[in-house]
Amino acid sequence: MNAAIHVENLTRRFQNLVAVDSISFDIEPGEIFGLLGPNGAGKTTTISMLSTMLKPTSGSATVNGMDIIHDEDGVRKSIGIVFQDQSLDEELTGWENMDFHGRLYRIPAETRRKRIDVLLALVELSDRKDDLVKTFSGGMRRRLEIARGLLHEPKVLFLDEPTLGLDPQTRNHLWQYIATLNREKGITIILTTHYMEEADRLCNRVAIIDHGKIIALDSPQNLKEGIGGDVVTLRSENARAIALTLDDPWISRLEEHDGTVTLSLKNAEEHISGIITRLAAKGIPVESVSIHKPTLEDVFLCFTGKTIREEEADHRDMVRMFQRKARR
Amino acid sequence: MDIIYTIWLRSIKRYIRSKSRIIGSISMPLFFLIFLGFGLNSVVQIPGMGQDYIQFLIPGVVSMSVLFTSVFSGIQIIWDKQFGFLKETLVAPVSRLEIMLGQTLGGATTAFIQGVIIMLLALIIGLQITNPVGFLIAFGFMALIGISFTAFGIAIASRMEDMHGFQLIMNFVVFPIFGLSGALFPISSLPSWIAPITLFDPLTYGVEGIRYGLTGVSQINPVVSFIVLGAFAVFMTISGAYLFRKIRF
Ligand SMILES: Nc1ncnc2c1ncn2[C@@H]1O[C@H](COP(=O)(O)OP(=O)(O)OP(=O)(O)O)[C@@H](O)[C@H]1O
Ligand SMILES: [Mg+2]
Repeated sequence: MNAAIHVENLTRRFQNLVAVDSISFDIEPGEIFGLLGPNGAGKTTTISMLSTMLKPTSGSATVNGMDIIHDEDGVRKSIGIVFQDQSLDEELTGWENMDFHGRLYRIPAETRRKRIDVLLALVELSDRKDDLVKTFSGGMRRRLEIARGLLHEPKVLFLDEPTLGLDPQTRNHLWQYIATLNREKGITIILTTHYMEEADRLCNRVAIIDHGKIIALDSPQNLKEGIGGDVVTLRSENARAIALTLDDPWISRLEEHDGTVTLSLKNAEEHISGIITRLAAKGIPVESVSIHKPTLEDVFLCFTGKTIREEEADHRDMVRMFQRKARR
Repeated sequence: MDIIYTIWLRSIKRYIRSKSRIIGSISMPLFFLIFLGFGLNSVVQIPGMGQDYIQFLIPGVVSMSVLFTSVFSGIQIIWDKQFGFLKETLVAPVSRLEIMLGQTLGGATTAFIQGVIIMLLALIIGLQITNPVGFLIAFGFMALIGISFTAFGIAIASRMEDMHGFQLIMNFVVFPIFGLSGALFPISSLPSWIAPITLFDPLTYGVEGIRYGLTGVSQINPVVSFIVLGAFAVFMTISGAYLFRKIRF
């Protein structure tokens, strides 16, 4: 068994709720693997089980060949993790947070000091290393946590929503770090996100997870191609009528939800004027039309019949960020 | 050992940095010492010590400061839980026993230092040193109180979700432990039906031990005090470790 992570029918219940519902997958060494799903999909629960912080209700998994139930210590030594919620000691400096971690993982003093310096330079925090973490910005904290997670040179790194609540610039920066780490150190990375773009840009493969189940798993490229061509979105007050009119065989997929119709078809540019003309002839009003290359958002819509509820997600982010601030 | 030291070191760093906490937790015992001490010095007659209430009170106030600081240090694990730092410690390849022991020793050390600060202030106010060995005896008892009640705080914190229950614990557990311990008054002057209750209070033995060290006089044999308090410290550490093992986050 040489998969970095092997998961078999992993399940976790909370009372009546099945948070993770019998999922199975394998992650190859050196991969960046994404778990993509909306709030409450079960991403964090999955990561918690794989990092031995939570016991599965049933099923099994190995990380670096070690069993997450029977060899907790072995798993813990070989993984690094950045939790969804902050886990730094704000009363300690950046350097002290790193040092504490290095001591917990029993890294000899000399090596520890060298590595801390290298990692702090990597995440561009060298000049702030002696400041208390409570004076750090959200992005700096996140970078520090990532550096800390790498200190004991784990083979597998878990990142639970690494860029949650960060501004686009910082997010871009972090993506570059993550990609570099993976490329240069060969670290296997498993990250969770509900940002489509993040999964698309970073991951070699993505598992789309909803209500505790994996509903699709492939490379972002294949997932998007699987949709069948370009995506056309039509807005109309009579979306129903559009859905009934367009039954042509070259339309590979058609979804209708709250006043919009989403179509997938090849060479959309050539078909679009014909479609509009036919709808106009039938007297069906069309408010707006857009054509785009498929995104993972469309893939999610295709598999679940719903959008990923970005609005709700954004809302939750704000609530969370607010709570984090309030705690300080 | 290195893991216990790591956790201990963190507690100490945090303690040294929290100037406001240090001063805050010195002020209450100091008020007790000054107002009760000077206020009642000439009024109160202590059996076996004559009219020297302040000498009687100093050991009580020292134990008070160790008691409160240590319970508070233990309960601070709840902050670690809420601020997420506990996860960082729990996901590392170390045993929970090591983490708990490190926390206990860290909390006990800070409580001990607080007690020593009060003792030094008491020297200025008028603590008379009867014999230097007595100090070592007092230090020993202070350490035991520190360990017992930090472990107690950890045990409580392991079962509490947030700081809301803290006031309840203070009012219904910690204050009674302090009040019944004979820190402020001699146990023998209590009505005979209440006196036995104080013997169930572990802090009584700590106060008596420190009092023996500092003044040379106590109502309970110091060897008995040492055995009872020592046993309590072991018991609390085991209970704390047991509950901490099952901590939910
Ligand atoms: N300790 C718990 N007790 C009860 N229910 C829980 C617990 N932890 C998680 N859940 C539930 O399990 C489900 C999955 O939660 P999880 O945190 O794994 O979601 P997620 O995909 O990480 O979502 P998010 O994007 O919001 O972080 C949710 O419905 C959540 O309410
Ligand atoms: Mg989550």
